[in-house]
This record gives sequence, structure tokens and C-alpha cells, in this order.
Amino acid sequence: MDRVYAPISRPTIGSVGKTGIWRSLKPVINYDKCTGCFLCWMYCPEGTIDATDGRVSIDYDYCKGCGICANVCPVKAIEMVREE
Amino acid sequence: MPCKGYRNGERGIMTRIVLTGNHAAAYAVKLSRPDVISAYPITPQTSVIEKLSEFVENGELNVRFIRVESEHSAMAAVLGAASVGARVYTATSSQGLLYMYEVCWWAAGARLPIVMGVVTRAIAPPWSIWTDHNDILTLRDSGWIILFASDVQEVFDLTIQAYKIAETVNLPVAVGWDAFVVSHTIEPLDILSQEEVDKFLPKKKVSEHMLKVEDPFSLGNLTYPEDYMEFRYDMWKAQKKALDVISSVDEEYGELSGRRYGGTVEKNMCDDADMVLFIMGAASGDAIEAAALLRRKGLKVGVCRIRSMRPFPSDEVIKIAENVKIIGTFDRDISLGCGGIIGVEVRAAIKERGLDVPVIEYIGGIGGRDLRVQDFVEIFNDMDKLSRKGVRFERRWIGLKEEFEEGEINV
Amino acid sequence: MSRILKIIPYEEYILRGNAACPGCGAELTLRYVLKALGPKTIMVIPACCTSVIAGPYPRTAFNVPVLHIAFAASAAAASGIAEAVEQLGKKNVNVVVWAGDGGTVDIGLQALSGAAERNHNLFYICYDNEAYMNTGIQKSGSTPYGAWTTTTPTGNKGFKKDLPTIMKAHGVPYIATLNPAFPNDILAKINKAKKIRGFKYFHALSPCPPGWRFDSSMTIEVARMAVLTGMWILYEWDRGIFRLTGPSRGLLNKEKRKHVIEYLKLQGRFRHISKEDIEILQEYIDNKWEEIKSLIGRSK
Repeated sequence: MDRVYAPISRPTIGSVGKTGIWRSLKPVINYDKCTGCFLCWMYCPEGTIDATDGRVSIDYDYCKGCGICANVCPVKAIEMVREE
Repeated sequence: MPCKGYRNGERGIMTRIVLTGNHAAAYAVKLSRPDVISAYPITPQTSVIEKLSEFVENGELNVRFIRVESEHSAMAAVLGAASVGARVYTATSSQGLLYMYEVCWWAAGARLPIVMGVVTRAIAPPWSIWTDHNDILTLRDSGWIILFASDVQEVFDLTIQAYKIAETVNLPVAVGWDAFVVSHTIEPLDILSQEEVDKFLPKKKVSEHMLKVEDPFSLGNLTYPEDYMEFRYDMWKAQKKALDVISSVDEEYGELSGRRYGGTVEKNMCDDADMVLFIMGAASGDAIEAAALLRRKGLKVGVCRIRSMRPFPSDEVIKIAENVKIIGTFDRDISLGCGGIIGVEVRAAIKERGLDVPVIEYIGGIGGRDLRVQDFVEIFNDMDKLSRKGVRFERRWIGLKEEFEEGEINV
Repeated sequence: MSRILKIIPYEEYILRGNAACPGCGAELTLRYVLKALGPKTIMVIPACCTSVIAGPYPRTAFNVPVLHIAFAASAAAASGIAEAVEQLGKKNVNVVVWAGDGGTVDIGLQALSGAAERNHNLFYICYDNEAYMNTGIQKSGSTPYGAWTTTTPTGNKGFKKDLPTIMKAHGVPYIATLNPAFPNDILAKINKAKKIRGFKYFHALSPCPPGWRFDSSMTIEVARMAVLTGMWILYEWDRGIFRLTGPSRGLLNKEKRKHVIEYLKLQGRFRHISKEDIEILQEYIDNKWEEIKSLIGRSK
């Protein structure tokens, strides 16, 4: 049986590239206010928030700047700021 | 139940039984050990799936039988099953084939070795349940391999061979046979034993591109213009490879069963013929009888029966074209606005090689219109007459009602 | 250490950097569906937003095997996969259809009905963004009354097809509604369904920022308000028993439900809705809840 050149795609982070460039607003976490509830991690549709160290951090390469994290944060620790 | 027949010195015990074409297909599928079957009933395919259901219910066939709610879903179901490595089968006709058409292209493009029986039936409107070949030929651009049987024995043989061909080139294979003339006509045939088929069709190897949880990948993502064309090109190459595979599978099957058909075409009396008629399907039997009759009268005629319509056997057409004075093509189909499909493709193949043999295109038997030996006698006589007159090309419709003659010389 | 991480599996099966719109409700829902189902999952995706979200060849965003399939065929293809994996002896593989509303309530309805009637062992999840979003926001059979779409520019005159009820009429063992504002509800329902053999249907509300016309940061607020107004009811039919889940449990009493205007005013697609139409929608919601009252605790 020969190799088939079939239309196969492999799982890749950034399947359409560095989607961070889509942003016009960027979420910035104020760690003084952050209580570590991880609601932002829970509601990020893109899964760009990392919560492994016991503290959240955002992968700005891929964050699309939707603003949901800032919207759901119960202590308003995330601010959406204009991208330069 | 099959009864044991006579002992053949080459093969040992053979089993010879009488079956309809549809039942022969069902036996062939059973012996090929499919994992999943899915089909939707349509006249005249129904007895294929009824027989398969019987095998399942009485425990002779261990398969998942999905009685789907439409043909579109039948092809989708076998496609899904094949995409995870199952050996599958479905069957349909006419309207059903047209309804599943979109998914047929999906099956070919996904490179899945699906085998489908097509009991060829004319397309509505008006409603017809009788045979012509337009339905199966709608698949000719899709990448499907299209093979055509002419009698009950060949339905059985081709269905088993189809699995081997499909799984070698990773393209789906449609096996066609004529409605009622073959599907519902009882003929004697030899069926192979399970051991013989198991030797011919070893356990299916799962191809790399079939989905598995151990190695997650996706099949069929959006593909930009800079990447799409190569997928079609690979299918093109696979179709070309299929020309050899069809022949070698025919040869291998011939070793096993004692029956060889000749690969992509079956040549009858062609070696020294001046005139050869290309034809596909059950009516070829009448054409061959007509040719034998005319041979006795001294006319050197031959019949080249097309077994593979896709891939199209251009090389075989050329081999014949190089040695004859005139070629005839018989189409039990019509590509409206263009011509008989076999006629058009034979002419294209000849032109590809720069040959200049006259080709006369005959169209008939459409909607199940009866074809007799006499019709083919008249066709060969017509070819002879046109050859003497030096005519390069004609198109004739056979058997049109008188009021439709339109000034064309009807045979 | 947040409790959330103790309840919600950490592994992501949708890889970031895909083509989903910012704030996509469907992406968030699928994130949880796959967290619950795990890696031994084969997904079938018909033509829909998600077939584009995946990203182009040779890459894809999903870390589970996926069969892309024609628009109308997802339930049928999944039926074939579900039977094949068992016949081939592959144990405990989840087969899931992830289809949009168009591919479920309209063009996919025939195959869905057939697959449900045959009760194949698979998950069918319809993510409902209430229009043909992938092709540019055209009306589907799931578009709510009064909503703007490009093919209903003065507001949809029809009412949503009630797919969960249609599935109930097919007698399938598990049916549930989902909402991305309540991820734990999603996990609980999928995990419960994993233990049930047969056809399991889910209908997920998927707020869509570009299609419903709201700022991408508002997805969770919109989704939550859908439940709090009673417009979206969280429930399950679990082997014949009906149960409300999540906040919907407390909304049987009309006073507890917010007026539908609280939900409509968040979305630009309802910007031009008339007062009469708002009352029609409110009545529609109240009637649905009256029906719910008779279903509570009903068996079979």
C-alpha cells in the first residue's frame, strides 16, 4: 500500500498564526488586587490564561483581547488597555 | 444454501449455485468480511440488502448493519466507519445515488476504500426502474473507481476484487450491474469458499490517514489555494495506478478461481478484427452473440467490453484502434448536450495518441429499452457500410420511435 | 489554590491561536465539552463555524481526532463511527458530533432524527448561535422571534424550533441544555451522560458577538442573562426524568425571572424590536415555563 496524500491536519498551537496581533485592547492583570479565584482562566474562550503556578498569567502571543476576563473578574483586577 | 459441486482438478471442490445478480453481490460481501454495512432501500437494489440482513439475522455475518433513513446518510455512515478503519459496504441505484452524490465526492476526496454496489437504473423524471448507465456514470469525475459487471458471476467476482483494489489505491470503488437484466435474473455461478476469500483479501490494513485516538489529527480541514490542488493530483495518480492494480487483481483472482476477465477490458474476437464495438454492461452479451453470427458470415468483427470506466482504459482503446478500420461505441447512456459518454471518451483517447480511426457512436437501451442480438447485427452492418463509404464520424440513436427519426439514418 | 482547579480538568483540547472570533461562546462551550470527554474522543464536525475555527491545512486547533463532513451528514457519519469503533473492538471511545444550529435543526435534521431513532451510542451537541453565522448571519430554524439577521432585516417572524423536545419525542435516553456561563453544569451533564449508553443530545446556547451584535467582553453576561430571564432554560431529561439545573431551578416563579428586556437590551440584533414584540417574547417565555411546571418530576 503506497502512502496516501490525504488532507490531514495536525494539532498545532496557533493554527492561524499569532492571534495576539488581532487585539486592539490588551488585558493587564493587577496582581495586588488578584485573589487567585481563577474565574478568568475558567471563562477565557481561547484558553490563553495559564494557571499552573498558582497564579494566572496571560499568553499575549495568542490572547485576542475579547475582554471577557476583565468582565468576569469579581475584584476588577484586570484592566483592558489600548495596545500601543 | 450452496451445494457442493463437481471436483475440479485445479481447485478441488467448487461450489456452484444459482443466484440473482443482487444475491451474488450479497454473498460476495458476506465473504469479504465487512465490519459495517449501511444502506437505504431502492428498487432494484433492495434484494441485496435484504439478503445481507438475512445473513446478519441468522448469524452468518458478523457486521454492524445501519438501516439509515436516506442514501445521503448511507454514504455518510460508511464513510464515517471507513474513516476509523472499518471495511464497509453500501448499495444503491439511480435517485439514491444522486441523493448521496455530495457525500460520494467526500468519500473519494477523503481517500476511503469504500465499496458500493450500483444497480444501474434510469433517472427520473419520468420514473423508471429499468436499466441504463447514466446513474453510475455521474460518478466519473469524482475520483471513484467505476467497474462494471456483465453477468451474475462477474457481479460476485468484481465485488470481492473491489475490496482489494480499493484498499490498495485508497479510492472508493463502485461496482455496477444492470437493473433486472442482471440484478433479478437467476444465473448459475461459482462462489468461492470463505478460506479462499480470506487468502485473497487478508485482514484490512489500517491506512495512516484513518482516524485514531492514539494520534489525534483531523481529516478535511479548510485548505487554501496554495495547497488544495495536490490532493486532487494524488487522486489522479492513484487512478492511474489503479489501471495496473485492476489488471493484477484480475490476474491474482484468476489464479484463485480459474476466471480471468482481462483486466480493464475484456476482448472478444478482437485480435484480427477489422471492426470493434466498445460496450459496457449486460448488453455486451448480445453484442458478442451478434459478432459470432457475423464472423460465421465472414465479417471480421470483435467486441471490446469495458469493465473499468474509471480509470478509463485509454491504452487498451489505443491498442485496438491501431489495428482496426473502424470503431463503434455503444452507450446505454447519454451526456445531454455532448454525446454518448463511452463514445466521447473513446474518441478522446484515440486523439490523445494522434490516431485517426473513424468512430461511430451508437446510443440506445436508455430507460431500459430492450436490446436484442439483431440490434447489434444491424450496428455491425452499419459500421461496415460507413467504413466502406469513408465516413469518419456519425452518431446514431438506436430504436427511436418512428416519429423521432429527424432525418437521421436509423438502423 | 483555587477550588476551581480541583473541579475542572486542566488539560486543553482546543489549542489557542485558532480562528474563533474573540469572545466566541461556542469555543468556550467546546472547551468544556472536550475537558469532560477527554482524549479518547472522536469528533465529527459538519460545515459550521467550528470547521473554520479549526484553522487551515496542515494545522488544526483540536487535539482529538476530527472527521470534517458535509453539512447534512454529521449524525449519519457519527453513526458509522460509533458502530465501527465497537465492531473493531476499540473500547470506551467517545463519539461526538459538534454541530451548529443550521446543521442540526435545518439541513441536518433528517440525519439527526435517524440517528436518534436508531439510538446509536454517541453524543450529539448542537451549539446554537441562532443563525447561520459562518456564512454571515442568515436566519436559521433556530433564530428567535424578533431577531435581526441578514435575511430577516426587520426581525425574524418565526419562533425557534424546540430541538430538545423533538429529541424527547424520539425517546433518547439523555437530553440536556447547556450554557457557557455555567461551565460546571456542562461538566456535570457530560460526565453523567458518559455513563449512559445510547443517543445523548445536548443543546448549547452559544452567544455570538458579531452575530448578536454585542461587545466581545459581554459573552458571559449575555449567556447568564439568557438564563436569568428564563429565555434559556437549563434542564436535563435523564432517562425519562425531567430536572431543572443550575439557576433555572429557582425560576419557576415568574417574579424570580427578570423581564426579557434585560436580555434583549444587551444585544444589537434586538435593537429595533417593537414593544409589542417584546411582550410577545415575554409571553412566549412565560408559556414555556408553564409547560415546565407540568414536567417537573415527571417520569418517562
